Amino acid sequence: MSRYLIGRIGQALLVLWGAYSITYFILYLLPGDTLSIMLSASGMEADALSVEDLAKARAYYGLDKGLFEQYVDLLLGALRGDFGQSLSLNRPVAELLAERLPQTLSLAGLAIVLSLLGGIGLAYLTAYIRWQPLKTALARLPSLGFSVPVFWMGLLLIQVFAFGLGWFPATGSRGLESLVLPAVTLAIPSAAVYAQVLQRSFQGVWKESYITTAYAKGLSRGQVQARHGFKNAALPILTLIGLQVGNTVSGAVLVETIFARSGIGRLAQEAVLRQDIPVVLAIVSVSAAAFVLVNLLVDLLYPWFDPRISHIPKVS
Amino acid sequence: MSVLVDVRQLSVSYRHGHTAVNRLSLNIAQGETVAIVGESGSGKSTLANAILGLLPDSAQITAGQLWVDSHDLTHASERQKRALRGRTIGLVPQDPTVSLNPTLRVGQQIAEALILARGKRYPGVDADIVELLQQVGIDTPVLRARQHPHELSGGMRQRVLIAIALAGNPRLIIADEPTSALDVTVQRKILDHLQRLVSERGISLLIITHDLGVAADRADRILVMQHGEVVEQGTPGRILGAPQHDYTRALIAAAPAFAKRREPLPRIDSTQAPILSLKNVGKTFALPKVKGEESTFVALEDLNLQVYPGQTLAIVGESGSGKSTALRIALGLEKPTQGQVWFEQQDVTHLNWRDFRPLRQRLQLVQQNPFAALDPRFTVFDSIVEPLVSFGRLKGAALEQAARELINRVHLPVSYLDRLPRELSGGQCQRVAIARALALKPDLLLLDEPVSALDVSVQARILELLEELQREMGIAYVLVSHDLSVVANFAHEVLVLRNGRVIEHGSVERIFSHPGCEYTRELIAAIPGRHVTTQAA
Repeated sequence: MSRYLIGRIGQALLVLWGAYSITYFILYLLPGDTLSIMLSASGMEADALSVEDLAKARAYYGLDKGLFEQYVDLLLGALRGDFGQSLSLNRPVAELLAERLPQTLSLAGLAIVLSLLGGIGLAYLTAYIRWQPLKTALARLPSLGFSVPVFWMGLLLIQVFAFGLGWFPATGSRGLESLVLPAVTLAIPSAAVYAQVLQRSFQGVWKESYITTAYAKGLSRGQVQARHGFKNAALPILTLIGLQVGNTVSGAVLVETIFARSGIGRLAQEAVLRQDIPVVLAIVSVSAAAFVLVNLLVDLLYPWFDPRISHIPKVS
Repeated sequence: MSVLVDVRQLSVSYRHGHTAVNRLSLNIAQGETVAIVGESGSGKSTLANAILGLLPDSAQITAGQLWVDSHDLTHASERQKRALRGRTIGLVPQDPTVSLNPTLRVGQQIAEALILARGKRYPGVDADIVELLQQVGIDTPVLRARQHPHELSGGMRQRVLIAIALAGNPRLIIADEPTSALDVTVQRKILDHLQRLVSERGISLLIITHDLGVAADRADRILVMQHGEVVEQGTPGRILGAPQHDYTRALIAAAPAFAKRREPLPRIDSTQAPILSLKNVGKTFALPKVKGEESTFVALEDLNLQVYPGQTLAIVGESGSGKSTALRIALGLEKPTQGQVWFEQQDVTHLNWRDFRPLRQRLQLVQQNPFAALDPRFTVFDSIVEPLVSFGRLKGAALEQAARELINRVHLPVSYLDRLPRELSGGQCQRVAIARALALKPDLLLLDEPVSALDVSVQARILELLEELQREMGIAYVLVSHDLSVVANFAHEVLVLRNGRVIEHGSVERIFSHPGCEYTRELIAAIPGRHVTTQAA
């Protein structure tokens, strides 16, 4: 087990390093002079500077060193938690992240919880209901859920619950109330995917022989579904959760823009527009870390859900 | 004796109009063992589900009455039916490998049934689980109760299922096809055990099977079912001794145990060179490293065999005996660790994939599960001609002509060429698989349990077809089977494998008349129906 764990953590670190490196090389090798991009990001024109000033600026940003030397410097800095200085905001990137991260984490966390509750709840209900018209209607709901674009859903929710009913604030990032609408918006597509997969999965599980065995014991439909159906049907969801977390990060960019929240997603959007390379690099690293961490957790949870999967070498 | 199950003129129809059970009457007394025999589609499973109150939503009782323990099930509510399940009627389902919940421990699954029968948190659940496991013949019950189903063998899972059925202390146990998923020897032991438990407790037993041999061995009374009706019923002696109905006679003819031993098959002189020979073949698999355990597993050891043109060699053994490994080595899909494989005059042991490919035209495989062996998206035509296309043999009209000839060869109508596998029965699928294997006119067919997934009567017809093909085309067969009864009238030579070693090798006649070792005798004894035939003799 510990051997497996060490292997997996090693793998996770490798993925992180890969994500960081690829992002670095893409950003720094993009056509255009890195120095002039950086200068314009901090509000100066490269053309207006003298040759000496340019050389000074180059040395300041560390651009006078070779490509790999710069890369190693940045990587070592990142390992120590120092992501450099934001060009446009003129503050340490680490400080920016620390300020914005809680906003996004609470949004994403609530969205993940809501999507799991909504998606699994809907599928569970669909599987339990026997009245065919309602069952069919519920089974169609998920495809509606992910065919509606996130931005439109956000605007719709603002229109109804903020402007119409006035229950929640339309924008801003203060307090729990402001979290509800963006989290719901972010949760709907993921919930739809979970519901769709789980509904299918339940359909398959109901045909399994062990369900007949369970019925023959004299268990009721509800008991059979809860004890024998659910855990088996839920196995595919676990993998999906790991993948959907990645979507939640990119969804956060959209949702935070719609609801004018100051989180990582918004920061990413601004940083990309202003070509603030250190900030973009840091955000990519952080979201890659989140993705890798969640998938590691999912893999570790698997044996608990499905005893047939074991991380201990098999003895036959 | 009181009547426990009383079925009067019962009809069950499916929503799309098919009547699965048609005006059927049946009663089972307390303590009696009754067997229902019929092919798949005869309605026997629908009847069992009706007695359990577990008909699918699409099926409905359209006429007649169904009384279980003086409760009228035709008008019973779900709650009333649920009260009968487990406590009055227990079920031992068909395939033990898929009938236990893979995510729950074995003990928990038994506990569920116990708690339902005796009420919540009654003391001594754990003790009762262990006792039940002991009763069904599991030797380390405390350990087993804590394990998950995948850690148990098929036979042990079947025993656990029997424990679950017994947990509710029922008055009737329905055993649905109890012999189809396991090795013959294991099946026999488990069924013997079940019957002993049942008779000790005075429980009635309803056996549902396609094999008249199984029914005759175990039942007090046999009902033969066809198209949803009982065509004949009586004691095993009467059914076997004086069958009234044509269908019963056909079933008797099909059951391998009742078939008369034929004249020995004509043998081809052994001066001929063998088409396939395995010389001192061994196979060792590496196991994941665990401290204090062996790092290798010997699947096959020192196997020698020769297959002669136009003859059949049968390899018999239970699961884990190495027979599939032998087949994979013969096919060149697996390289042996020791020894050599010769095809005619050529050593093919170390041929790479590309050099082996021309040989594949002469060496074909028919697999065990006909449904899984055909691509569900290919029509019968696509499946049959695929080997011809992949070797670029024929095109256009010639290809269609070849497909028509092949389908005629396996006695299917030409119109079936457009069908998809799901529109065919198991036997028909197996015929298609055979036609596909014949497409390249091979000299050697490797048959991996070709009939074990089929009803007995269908088995007989597939074996007949294979024999006819051998006679007309002179193909040699290697037949792998766990069931000696399949081999009895089909093979020339038999090789009995156990734990990777050959323990007996000889002609069919010798193996059956003078079995050399205890294990072979056990295999012969496990053939269902022998009980009755030997008694009669």
